[in-house]
Amino acid sequence: MCLAVPGQILSIEQADDPLLRSGRVDFGGVVKVVNLAYVPEAEVGDYAIVHAGFAISRLDEAEARAVLKEIAALEDIADEIS
Amino acid sequence: MKYLDEYRDAASVKALADAIAGRQTRPWTLMEVCGGQTHSIVKHGLDRLLPPSLSLIHGPGCPVCVTPETIIDQALELAARPDVIFCSFGDMLRVPGSQHDLLTVKARGGDVRMVYSPLDALNLARENPERQVVFFAVGFETTAPTTAMAVLQAQRFGVRNFSLLVAHVRVPPAVETLLSAPDNRVNGLLAAGHVCAVMGYTEYEPIAARFRAPIVVTGFEPLDILSGVLNCVEQLEEGRAEVENRYGRAVTREGNRPAQALMDQVFEPVTLSWRGLDAIADSGLGLRPEFAEFDAVRRFELSAPGTASAGPCRSGDVLTGRLKPFECPAFGTACTPEHPLGATMVSSEGACAAYYRYRRDAA
Amino acid sequence: MSEKTENTLSACPMPIGQYTQIVMAHGGGGRLMQQLLERLVRPAFANPHLDQRHDSTVFEVGGNRLAFTTDGYVVKPLFFPGGDIGKLAVCGTLNDLAMSGAKPLFLSAALVIEEGFPVNDLARVLASMNATAQAAGAAIVTGDTKVVENGKGDGLYIATSGIGLIEHGLQIAPAGIREGDAILLSGDIGRHGVAIIAEREGLGFETTVESDCADLSGLVGQLLRAGVELHCLRDLTRGGLAAAVLELAGDAGFDMELSESAIPVAAPVRSACEILGFDPLYVANEGRMVLFVPASAVGRALDVLHAHPLGHDACLIGRVGSVGKGKVSLRNPYDIVRVLDLPSGEQLPRIC
Repeated sequence: MCLAVPGQILSIEQADDPLLRSGRVDFGGVVKVVNLAYVPEAEVGDYAIVHAGFAISRLDEAEARAVLKEIAALEDIADEIS
Repeated sequence: MKYLDEYRDAASVKALADAIAGRQTRPWTLMEVCGGQTHSIVKHGLDRLLPPSLSLIHGPGCPVCVTPETIIDQALELAARPDVIFCSFGDMLRVPGSQHDLLTVKARGGDVRMVYSPLDALNLARENPERQVVFFAVGFETTAPTTAMAVLQAQRFGVRNFSLLVAHVRVPPAVETLLSAPDNRVNGLLAAGHVCAVMGYTEYEPIAARFRAPIVVTGFEPLDILSGVLNCVEQLEEGRAEVENRYGRAVTREGNRPAQALMDQVFEPVTLSWRGLDAIADSGLGLRPEFAEFDAVRRFELSAPGTASAGPCRSGDVLTGRLKPFECPAFGTACTPEHPLGATMVSSEGACAAYYRYRRDAA
Repeated sequence: MSEKTENTLSACPMPIGQYTQIVMAHGGGGRLMQQLLERLVRPAFANPHLDQRHDSTVFEVGGNRLAFTTDGYVVKPLFFPGGDIGKLAVCGTLNDLAMSGAKPLFLSAALVIEEGFPVNDLARVLASMNATAQAAGAAIVTGDTKVVENGKGDGLYIATSGIGLIEHGLQIAPAGIREGDAILLSGDIGRHGVAIIAEREGLGFETTVESDCADLSGLVGQLLRAGVELHCLRDLTRGGLAAAVLELAGDAGFDMELSESAIPVAAPVRSACEILGFDPLYVANEGRMVLFVPASAVGRALDVLHAHPLGHDACLIGRVGSVGKGKVSLRNPYDIVRVLDLPSGEQLPRIC
């Protein structure tokens, strides 16, 4: 599936070579060094999706909140009906 | 874990399932493309929360499953060489070639190592300069950039004992092939979220328009999947066929530009025969000529892959949604995870294995 | 010669799956291992004691009931967070005795040492073995030492056997399981497997997960002294909680149901499993057990468990259903029930 999990960037190691940009990422208590070359915009504290040792996407908190809010609205509708 | 637990909440799952049931007025057939989504659907039993007239077909989205037998035979040949350390992701080790699998080669003394990342294989090459390290590069567009990076680093740092057996596959050509089939039953698609995290979803826009099928970019957790299903059903009920993104926290329309750039630098599209399907133009990735020195087929002068024998396995029908796993006569009898006839039973992402593991009572 | 080999193979009750050679998965605690035991090992030694199908066999000598068990230990790395191969080998045998409710008395230890193994490391392992046995009130009273050539062993293999005395009148065994029994779990699962994987080369995990490696005989002794009616005990090892419950369900001939949300998994264990694509239900443990008790004994059993450091997270995770083929169902948080299955071998980290 392309097993990939979200983790939080704890620190970033800026290398001379942009291909080697890496950082320590915390996955709920498990910390791993991950290649960050594909998320040049990501900063310490950001969450990223990590696959096969690479961060492939910085997570967008606002987008995440928006979807959860829509789902919560569905729950409210369900509550009203019942 | 943040960004996981919220998406497994039981009350929200129920609300979404109810919303889908409330929205649907006609029978629809949806296909989730990605094996990870199949695994999640069957493991969590999400399909059982949906109305019976809404059917989910499990698409060909498991790169381990669709890697052709002929390339696996090449892998077995390489892994058996005494000068080679053969590196693979864990789930490829059990996939059978025409004779046996990588675990068997390992049992016979082959140096087969399980790695988590292509960079781990590259490190092994640096630590073992007297050996040849071959990485079995499988996976969709999600994984291809990680392999591309390993190749570029090997080139930059002059790691000469590192090469790749490449079996990368691309999703859009396979999706087009499935939708073009004369007996296609699929009304809408859930696109693979992590592939789209890398590639974006512009490639799917002409496909959705041409086949008049909504395509919804979807994540992997229960709420993600149901939210993708809901969007797909809404579009179908409204007569729309657009590409919409329900995995916005990880996916943008353009995707990951740096990853795409490196992938393009290293790989070019090639024709590939998917296991269980026929040859599909541009559905594979091959190393560009500038990187030919990293091609294990060339380095070890392997013969070109022949054509695979057609066995009793009907994984092609399963992958195209013509057959549910338990409708196959071999399912659970001649074909089990210990003795798989085809790759959909081997990988835990494969539709047959997922049904065997979580749903044998459905048969 | 080759023809003869082939004939021998075709006469063999194997192949297991398709394999004519042993692969790692035959030792992984999954279905391949079960097939190896059922089709080759058990028939080779068939006898009524073996048919007790428990971690240790129970027999009578001079009016006393004794329990006897043996186990081999291979682990990489030899030293891991929360333990080492010596502690593992002694705890494993103590636990196998404890699962019959036996008080451990005497242990044996056989060491297979690889040429080149550091003497200091060996001293550490031996000290750890002795301390673990002493803490349980047992002693290692006999043993054997062999050295194999460099490259022919992973540093050190240990085999331990143990004898224990049964001082209660219960039959704590698969045959003791009854319809309606409650299934208790003594603590959170998956720690040992994750601690080991995290330490192995290649994965590069920084974690603080310690193996749960522990001797359960003291805790079982307390349950017995408190008068808890124990029907069956099983410590969780390779194959995890799923394999232990499936084995018991099959051996006892009852269907069982577990509740997924009741099963405790520590956060870093869960995270490591997400990263590797593992299901914690199948990950190895070395200091956890499931307990089968009548519904009326649940409160008392949990009181005793919660008062002990190895049982403070103990909880009720399921029930024994009616007589059946040994089907184990798992009810998930969405109230969907699915069948639990043995893995085919060791779980392999997934990429997809």
